[in-house]
Parts: sequence; structure tokens; C-alpha cells
Amino acid sequence: MKQSGNILFSGVGGQGILLASELTAYAQLEAGFDVKKSEVHGMAQRGGSVTAHLRYGEKVYSPLIEPGKADIQVAFEEMEAARYLPYLHKDSAVVVNTQKILPPSVATGKASYPTGILDELRNRGIKVVALDAFAVARDIGELRTANVVMVGAMSNFLAVSPQIFLDVIDERVKEQFREVNKKAFTAGRDLVYA
Amino acid sequence: MTFNSEESLWLSGNEAIALGAWEAGVQVASGYPGTPSTEIMKNLSTYDGVYTEWAPNEKVGLEVAIGASFAGVRALATMKHVGVNVAADPLFTASYTGGRGGLVVLTADDPEMHSSQNEQDNRNYAFAAKLPMLEPSDPAEAREMLVRACELSEKYDTPVLFRITTRIAHVKGVVQKGSRVELAKPSIEKMPGKFVMLPALARARRVEVGKRMIALCDHAEILEENRVEDGELSQGFVTSGTSYNYIKEAFPDAAVLKLGMVWPLPAKMIADFAAKVDELIIVEELDPFLETHIKAMGIACKGKELIPAQGELNSYLVRKAIDPESIEEVFEPLELPMRPPNMCAGCPHRGLFHCLSKMKDVFVSGDIGCYTLGFLPPLSAMDSCVCMGASVTIAHGMAKALGKEGEGRVVSVIGDSTFMHSGITGLINSVYNDSNTTVIILDNRITAMTGHQNNPASGCNIKGEAANAIDFEELCRAVGVKRVTVVNPHDIDETRKVLKEEVAIPETTVVISRAPCALLPVVMKAKRPVYYTNTDNCTGCMACVNLGCPAISWNPITPEEAIERGYREKQKGYALITEVQCNGCGQCACVCKFDAITRKEEV
Repeated sequence: MKQSGNILFSGVGGQGILLASELTAYAQLEAGFDVKKSEVHGMAQRGGSVTAHLRYGEKVYSPLIEPGKADIQVAFEEMEAARYLPYLHKDSAVVVNTQKILPPSVATGKASYPTGILDELRNRGIKVVALDAFAVARDIGELRTANVVMVGAMSNFLAVSPQIFLDVIDERVKEQFREVNKKAFTAGRDLVYA
Repeated sequence: MTFNSEESLWLSGNEAIALGAWEAGVQVASGYPGTPSTEIMKNLSTYDGVYTEWAPNEKVGLEVAIGASFAGVRALATMKHVGVNVAADPLFTASYTGGRGGLVVLTADDPEMHSSQNEQDNRNYAFAAKLPMLEPSDPAEAREMLVRACELSEKYDTPVLFRITTRIAHVKGVVQKGSRVELAKPSIEKMPGKFVMLPALARARRVEVGKRMIALCDHAEILEENRVEDGELSQGFVTSGTSYNYIKEAFPDAAVLKLGMVWPLPAKMIADFAAKVDELIIVEELDPFLETHIKAMGIACKGKELIPAQGELNSYLVRKAIDPESIEEVFEPLELPMRPPNMCAGCPHRGLFHCLSKMKDVFVSGDIGCYTLGFLPPLSAMDSCVCMGASVTIAHGMAKALGKEGEGRVVSVIGDSTFMHSGITGLINSVYNDSNTTVIILDNRITAMTGHQNNPASGCNIKGEAANAIDFEELCRAVGVKRVTVVNPHDIDETRKVLKEEVAIPETTVVISRAPCALLPVVMKAKRPVYYTNTDNCTGCMACVNLGCPAISWNPITPEEAIERGYREKQKGYALITEVQCNGCGQCACVCKFDAITRKEEV
């Protein structure tokens, strides 16, 4: 089992990064790791680009991932998969939701949404797993579980067993949303064979 | 630290501080919301056996905490770094009075200015106000040190400053649980020599402050939180707070002197450590605070010639500064459109700023809150923003300087919570000194930016229970404003009309722009209309697009596509509402002159 690692969550404020990173953190804690996670609240939440840094290992001091040291990135939006490229390395894995959310400059016609973003990552040797988490969540019947679909897909790159994630959902998610979130996790997990 | 759900919790620094405050037996806590401090009070308000409140500003919050300390119980005041500027007046004199119950003043600094207008280093307050200051490195330490801060406060009869930064406040880590200490019994005890700071008595207390700081210097030498971690002696690091983590990551084998108390400093401990190592390096975020005082002890060291004095540090920057050769190249960033924060779909502020954006000759003196985003394109309708409450007073000062030239050309915009914080004194000044400016109060019924805290106008207290609510109209009239008008900012035509009239009047006028924040549960749960774009009617005028609503996007087309869609050939595109994002405010329908935006049920 890998003894330490860095997971970067990126997306747009309001996409559910917080819950996704919390579930991942609890799963790593249950697996016996020390974990630290850093978030930014306040101004950054109003639809801006947001990240959460999650680091695990035997003993973690810094809550921030160093440039070039993110082993996994979970990107909730396509452009936000590429914004933090300096944090990745050539063996990083990026799990990306192919949803596009237009930033203000694009929505107002002042700029265009870049194309070929994921190829930019692949060309650098980075493993990219692209999925439409919304479509999966819609099939499950609850759009709001797209973030947990992403966690399921990402979990393939971790040594932590999927059962630990399911147990964490049982413990940490409100009863009425438990089953649908477990379904979302499993559906995400089954989409990817790492 | 391993996680065992029986004994440990997974908490943010702010949650850990709330837990620490409760365990330390804090019985009264007051604060004003401000990133990154807000969640401390929010969490503490959920514990039993501690009175918590939101104060209208940080000066009030600190004075409330001082009062509780005078009554013999442990007390806490929380604020962001710039809030300490507001609370500085009571802070500097509470240093002389001390208290009875332990008094902790928490400052949450924001290096890198994630959510602030400056990145002042509040360690300087400890030096200036002659107060001890503790600084934890992670959530687990934050909990433990809050208890220590209360003990030191009582032992040395002094308020204790407790400094955190964003990377403590909003970092989650494993925290051990403890139990609550026995609570002090409050009482009235008259101690005029200590509590009445008129000159003769204050001079006597000043002597006590001097003695106390000397005693604290001695205590610093044996304080558990100041410790040497042995290691290689070629380079030794002195560090504190989150910088300690970066040193441990970047140079895990080095000798480290970790300071949990950053003022006053353990001079002997530092000198002994310096003598052991070949080269002494001070690693600290922002100002050369430790460095300056260590150099003043006559100890040679390196600091800011290596370590950046601006912005946050991280282990990469620390390694790069001290051992540049160890740095590996990383990928260059890609050129991408920026994604700044934006007002939400359905935000009432948007309607008001849209109207202001059409008043090109008018200077908009802004303030601190979500509405500061009115500065950003496409609205671009804010011309200054300095600090809480400054909108009203800066507008008044400009108008006085401009004289006749300024008539009808200077307005201020200020949120409901910010007006309560420090706008009201400015408004009193405007009335008293005969200003000809218009004050626009953006009343969205809540302190929104920091995540929906109630304020004196909201009608609820910190726990969400019903509370007395200040009436803005009555308040403004009571201080002497003759013209107070309320508008609904979603009604853009009416808002424009009212603004035009009130701005033109050569006296102090108040316009209250009132509609609840689009994210308030009461608004979210209400059945709202959904607007949709009838693209056949769209002429591509961009009036709705220029509201900058995240639910509206511009879709560019070629001349061929234009013809195919039945548009004029030169139409460059059309607007489209993303219906799932629409909050039903109707502002876009107000600005559309071509019937291209309609309510869903009207179809």
C-alpha cells in the first residue's frame, strides 16, 4: 500500500468539492493514515475557481501540496483540470468531469472556452480519465451525487478498499442520502479500471 | 497522529479552537464575522454552557469579552486581522487593566489576501500593545494552546493574543478530545486601581505591565510550546505557526527551534540554539518579526534576504529559498481564461450595480462584502474600497473636496452588516456636516460574504433564535436623514428612477436597496419563476449578458448561422439562460427590450 500521497481537488465554487474531499479524507483516516486538508473559504466560493489540498501519510506536516507533487487530481470541471497543471507531474492521474462551466469572460463573449485541454495534459504523459459525472448521477436519479461519482472514479487510484469508502458514507452521510450516495460511489468506481 | 474515533476528531483549526475554548471553560465569547475567523464563533455557539454572540463590530466584541473577564469568567473575542485595527483601542488599554477571568483575543491573519484587503502581520500588535501572543501550527495545537492561553492570561493578569492564519483556520487535521475544566463563578468585585484607567492609575498599571512582560520572558524559556527539535546542526531554523510545517517537510532532518509563543521571546533559548548551529535561519511568513527581534538580541541570523516577505509560504518556496539546487522543474501553467468569483444568479446586488453602471459620471465609493464584486466586469461599478465603513466617509470627503463639482456625483454603497459595523457613525457625520452624498444601503438581510451570519438587522441571534431587529429606515431618520427611500433592486426601472432622483438632491439621502440574499434558505425554498430565452426574439444586443449573471451565457454565431436562424446577417450571437441555474430574480427580463426573456409559466 502506498505510504503517502497528495490529492488535489479542483473545480468551481458550489460543485461539492467539500463533501468529496471530506469522504476521501475520512477513508484515508480509517485506513490508518494521518491526513491534512486545506481549503479556502470566503471570497473564493462565489463561483470562482476553488481547490482543496489533501495530503496523507504516516505523519503529515504541511497542509499544502507542493508544485509537481500532486499524485491525483480530481477535477470537477474541464478547464479546472488544467488550471493547476504546475501541481502535476508526469505520472499524475487526473479524473475529470467533462462538464464545462463558462467563466464570466466566456459567458459575456469576451473570451472563448479553450479546446483540447485534456490533450494538453495527455501530451505531457499525464493519465487522464474523463467522465460525464452528471450523466451517471442522472441515471442514478440524483444529480447532486455527481461529486460522489467522481470520488468513486478516483478511488480506483488509491489502495484504500472501496468498502472503507462505503462505510464512511454510512457513517457520515445523512440517512436519507446514504443509499443514493453509495450507488453513486459504486457507479463511479465501476467506470474506471485503473 | 492516528485517528481513533473514540478519542479523536477530524476538525478544522477553527473548529478545534471552538473546542479548545469550551474545554478551557470560556463562558462568554463575542466576535464579528471575518474570513478566516468566522467558523470559530459559529462552532462555539453550538456548545452548551457558553454564551456566544455576534457583535456589530470587533471593538464591541472585544469590550464584551473584557467585561466578562472583569466579572471573573474566561472570555474570548474573535476577529480577522483587520478587525484588530477596529478593536485596537480597547486592546491597548486592556493590556494595562488585565482582567479577572482569562481573556483571549483571537486574530485570524490572511497572508496572500485570499479574502482580505491587506495582509498585515498582527504579530506586531503583540509588540506594540505589550501582550503575550501564542501561535499554533495545526488544528491539534490550536485546541491545546487555547487552553494554555487562558492559563497564561490568569497567571500573568494579561489579555493573551492568539494568532492563526488561513492555513490553520481552514486546515483540517486530527485533534484529540479533552474534558472541560471546572468553571469559574462570576462575581462583581470593585478593583478601581486596575479597572479605572485614568492617568494616575494608568501610570501605576504601566509599571505592572513592564514587570509582567519581564516575568513572561522568563516563562518563555520554560514554556512547553517553545521547544528545540534536535537535528543536523549545519543549518538551524527558528520558526513558528504554519511555517514550522513547511520546514519539517522541506528539511526533515534539520535542527528546529519551534516557538509556540511568538511574543515575548525566550532570549536564552534562542541564543543557546544559535550557538549550537553553524547558520541560523529564521523562517516566517510576512514581516521579519522574529528576525528583527532576534537581531536586536545581537544574534546573527538570516531571514528575509532568503524568505519572501509577501504572500503565503509553502514547503516548495521554503526549499527554493534555502536550497535552490534541490528544486526540480515543474510544468508551466497554461493560458486559460480567469475564473474570478462572481455574484450569484439572482443576487439582488446585481440589479443595483447595473443601475450604477449606467451613471457614468458618478463616483461609487464602495465597501467590504459580496457587493465588492460589483467592481468586476461587466458591471464595473465600484470606484474605491478601503475598509469596513469607509464607503460613507470617503464619499463625504470627496464631496467636500469637490464642492459644487461633486453635487449629484458621489454615492456610497454599503451592506447591511457593514453599515451596522461602522457605517452608522459615517452617516451621522454626513448629516452633521451637511453632506450632499447619497448612501445606498444594500440590505440583503444577512452577512452574506462570510457565509450567512445574522447581524443586528437580521431579526435572529447567533443561534438563529428570534432577536430584536434594527429598523434601517427608523435609524436613518433618527440620525437626521430627511429622505430615506426603499427600493427593490430586482425592479431595475424603479431602482434607476429612484437613484437618479436621490443622487441629484443636494443633501444627505439614503436609498435602501432591499431584497434577501439569493442563497438564504427562505429564498431557496420559495417557489420562484424560471425565466427562459425565446431565442427567436433575441437581437444579440447583450443587455442581459452585461448583467454578468452566471445563468446567462453568450453564444457566438457565424453570419451563415445568423441567417439560418432568421437573424440579421450581422448579428454576432444570441443569449441563453441556463434554466437550472436561474434563481428567478427577473432582472434580465427587465433589461430585455425585445421580449426575448419570459417567465416559464407565461409561455
